[in-house]
Amino acid sequence: MINVENITKRYRTLTAIEKVTFTVKKGEILGFLGPNGAGKTTTMRILTCFTSPNEGTVQVAGFDCFEQALEVKKRIGYLPETPPLYHELTVMEYLLFVGRLKGLPSWRIPSRMDSVIEQVGLGEVRRRIIGHLSRGFRQRVGLAQALLHDPPVLILDEPTVGLDPKQIIEIRELIQSLVGSHTILLSTHILTEATAICQRVTIIHKGRIVAVDSPERLSARLRQSEKMSLTVKAPPPDWIERLRAFPGVMSVFQGPSIETCLIECKLGHDIREDLARFVVNQGIGLLELKTVSMSLEDVFLHLTQHDEPPPPTDPLTQEIL
Amino acid sequence: MSPVPTIIAKELRCFFVSPIFYIIGAVFLFIAGFLAHLMVVNAGQQALRLMQVQNVSAQLNLNDLVFRQVFLGLEMVLMFILPMLTMRLFAEERKLRTLELLLTSPIGINELVSAKFMSVLLIYLGLLGLTGITPLVLSLYTSFDWNPILTGYLALALQGGLFLAVGVLASTMTENQIVAAFLGFGLIFVIWLLGGLGDLLGNTPVGHFLSYLSFTEHFDRLVRGLLDTKDVVYYVTGTVLMLFIAHRIVDSHRW
Ligand SMILES: Nc1ncnc2c1ncn2[C@@H]1O[C@H](COP(=O)(O)OP(=O)(O)OP(=O)(O)O)[C@@H](O)[C@H]1O
Ligand SMILES: [Mg+2]
Repeated sequence: MINVENITKRYRTLTAIEKVTFTVKKGEILGFLGPNGAGKTTTMRILTCFTSPNEGTVQVAGFDCFEQALEVKKRIGYLPETPPLYHELTVMEYLLFVGRLKGLPSWRIPSRMDSVIEQVGLGEVRRRIIGHLSRGFRQRVGLAQALLHDPPVLILDEPTVGLDPKQIIEIRELIQSLVGSHTILLSTHILTEATAICQRVTIIHKGRIVAVDSPERLSARLRQSEKMSLTVKAPPPDWIERLRAFPGVMSVFQGPSIETCLIECKLGHDIREDLARFVVNQGIGLLELKTVSMSLEDVFLHLTQHDEPPPPTDPLTQEIL
Repeated sequence: MSPVPTIIAKELRCFFVSPIFYIIGAVFLFIAGFLAHLMVVNAGQQALRLMQVQNVSAQLNLNDLVFRQVFLGLEMVLMFILPMLTMRLFAEERKLRTLELLLTSPIGINELVSAKFMSVLLIYLGLLGLTGITPLVLSLYTSFDWNPILTGYLALALQGGLFLAVGVLASTMTENQIVAAFLGFGLIFVIWLLGGLGDLLGNTPVGHFLSYLSFTEHFDRLVRGLLDTKDVVYYVTGTVLMLFIAHRIVDSHRW
């Protein structure tokens, strides 16, 4: 549904994105993850024909973004980074304007308006002036605007920014309910959000794609060691040193309290049984022993900490880059 | 519904809730009324003087004494006021990022630019129509030639259209409304100066060319009651050219 090939966008001397390539299949939801300034918004603006890339081609729903921009625009619902709102209009007036602008037939506008107002929870403010709404409500109006003409492709730039926790969950559920019938590209820097709703995640950093995979596989792929945390009741003073002497252990850190330590061993060495035996033999009182899996959070930091993207060693990444 | 009427309707809605529109309207109507009042009083005094000197009731030419003066005065007023009407059209859309909505909707940039232009043109023509009260009222008391008045209004409409198109162009060049207003005024002023330069050069090809580029000679002819297609063509091509450049500028923001 969305086909991006080798797009590069330069702003004078600054290269915002470089040779970005990815695809989103019909009915799929792809998460676009990256730190500030990574190029998420720039990429989305290119997909929606708002800006043009310096190089590369983009196809949405089978139409070229440059040659057949009008056809592409008809099929995209876009929530920009800053919701594009007219502050002097009421919510209803604004949605009516957007409906006509998007070419929705007049007879469909009222029913579509009612349904998006219901979907994003704008019922109580539908007659209020947008300029008087709170930030979260404005974000919802922006979302309503993107959904209004029921487009097959949705491009949402940080859709849950500024919403309260309850609303975040509602909007995530709403987006999930659209998966399958819609093709969705969503950007975020909240990693739990990407894990929660996206089937695949693309990590973009400094204008380059550094990884594309499902959230689970991403964290599995980047796991380089087994980590576990151990908490005991009465730690002996030299226990850290003694733990370090275990076969396969690479490092042991104390913390966050003196009773707890984080043990890192080589991949494939699960030493939990040995640890349990050690604790029981010493009689220091086992309180907790668990493995710590690398969260997407860690993956993200790992991939984006380095200035240079990590060399694409494993075949999966190779294929993608 | 085609996008052009939709955008026009939205623009008008936004104008009618903005104070700047009421200020501009009030200032324009006040100056138009005040100028007419001054000229009528002036004409009355001249008539009295003539009566004392010649002892006959004088037949005054109201077209020369009142209407032409009012039209020439309004020409100046438009230079200042119309850029203030157009300043927000694109500058505000850029500032509030709503241009992103318009440009990612299935409408052409030409539709967008012409809708914006037509919205301010409608407002301006509405205001201009209100000043038509002056000749209507005066016609109750005296008689004058309607021809130069009709061509005068045509001149004001065409000239206003040109100024508005320049203002639209200025508004596409910046995010700042105030800058857009000054830029619009500056551009109009430059076009006006071209005429002065043309006059200085006098009867030379370059002089004629420069005078042709400026609006003053076209305006003067129309106000004197001379309806010439050449002048109408000047205004129409000028307006279309300005809107075309505005279109190119909006399009260039993509890069
Ligand atoms: N109009 C512009 N002119 C110049 N540089 C720009 C422009 N828009 C974006 N950039 C630059 O391009 C880079 C990518 O910006 P972009 O907005 O795509 O980042 P982002 O991933 O959306 O970040 P964030 O998470 O903060 O929204 C940044 O370095 C930014 O400064
Ligand atoms: Mg962004």
